[in-house]
Amino acid sequence: MTIDFEELTVQNVSRHFGRRRALAGISFTARAGGILGLLGPNGAGKSTLLALLATLLQPSAGTIRYGDLAVIGEAARSDVSKGGAALRARIGMLGHDLYLYPELTARENLTFFAALYGARDAAGAADGALARARLSDRGDDPVSSFSRGMRQRVALERALIHGPRLLLLDEPFTGLDETSVGALVARLRELRDTGAIVILATHDLDVVDGLFDEAVFIRDGRMMETMTRPEALRATYRSVMARGRG
Amino acid sequence: MNAFVRIVWLVVRKDLTVEVRSREVIYTTLFFAVTVVLVFAFALVKEGRALGDAAAGILWIAIAFAGTLALGRTFERERQAETLRALLLAPADRPAIYVGKLVGIVALLVATELILVPLIAFLFQAPLFSRPLWLTAVLLTGTLGYCAVGTLFAAMLVRARSRDVLLPVLLYPITIPVIIAGVRGTAALLEPTPDVAIVRFWVSLLVAFDTVFVTLALWTFEPLMTD
Repeated sequence: MTIDFEELTVQNVSRHFGRRRALAGISFTARAGGILGLLGPNGAGKSTLLALLATLLQPSAGTIRYGDLAVIGEAARSDVSKGGAALRARIGMLGHDLYLYPELTARENLTFFAALYGARDAAGAADGALARARLSDRGDDPVSSFSRGMRQRVALERALIHGPRLLLLDEPFTGLDETSVGALVARLRELRDTGAIVILATHDLDVVDGLFDEAVFIRDGRMMETMTRPEALRATYRSVMARGRG
Repeated sequence: MNAFVRIVWLVVRKDLTVEVRSREVIYTTLFFAVTVVLVFAFALVKEGRALGDAAAGILWIAIAFAGTLALGRTFERERQAETLRALLLAPADRPAIYVGKLVGIVALLVATELILVPLIAFLFQAPLFSRPLWLTAVLLTGTLGYCAVGTLFAAMLVRARSRDVLLPVLLYPITIPVIIAGVRGTAALLEPTPDVAIVRFWVSLLVAFDTVFVTLALWTFEPLMTD
């Protein structure tokens, strides 16, 4: 069974951990060929929302629709496992931690994940990913010997190794120098142009100014505002958050 | 190759490659297990003679303690770079990921037992090798049962703040039948004329425990890891 979708719809999604409310009533739509930014301060619920979209968590209420074919949450009686593997095959995630084994080489990491995602030629997929990360000459070095920027490039290609429709990124610019940030932004634009749905949670506002097609502002687990092609992001962010405090 | 077996093999090969590179878990587990055996040998062996079934008890205490250490370290490694999340994100059967982790941990403990058993036989003057096939059966079924429960709990607790404390607190009470069957089965093998019927009974009990807990773990791993 294969699933593909061109739209991700989040409808009134809430998530509680015991009595603590992490998210309440979040709704938005992300479309193929667009980059959606999740913006908010630390503890706003951005990472929880990404975990929900990645199917690592289930919503306490509300529904997440991946096109018309896959649903998690209330409408699916919270059964993530229905078509779960087929849905996960269309999702790539780059977390704040890089999801790489430091003891293994970059090539071994990429080959392992390519095989795990069912690639017929895992070694070939890893070679291609190393070339896109511009690390072909360092492919046989352990990841633990890489700089943060190099690890980030390998981690991004790991998340993309199966050609996902939906790419989720959690604070991907943390610890990167200017060159690495530029390379990552260029790669994200390239993914947008190839029709991926990119959702990026960050609070590095200067770096992402002008990158987003949509922005969702979240604070204390609640949605403050959604904007199309937001400009002057830092000023907009300040004004939205100040409104929330008022 | 069947998809389930392929995922199990991928996870086992990856875990063993990581371990061969770092040798972190095998060295700490072995060091700890050998220390436990030596301390008990100094306490319980007087003039070359050990107390009653001490050798059987010490063997299983060392396996249980070393096993807890191996389980904790193996999943701590997956937690540090959040690689367990990456495994769960893959479109692979999640029970296959569980089995892969289980086989890797059993392999590590079996490697530890290869050192422990001769050491205990020597220090306690215990005829552990009088029935080598039965000893292998007791050790393998006992280790599998202990690791089946331990792998599930260690995976569940990977995000818990007090996981190092919670793992033994949850694991030891549930695996008491494994430890008892392991100790009694091993003790029966240490008799001057081992009663095979008694050993068979304890091995059968261990096989039943393994069947129940591996089945339960395969059934519950996905829902427990999803939320």
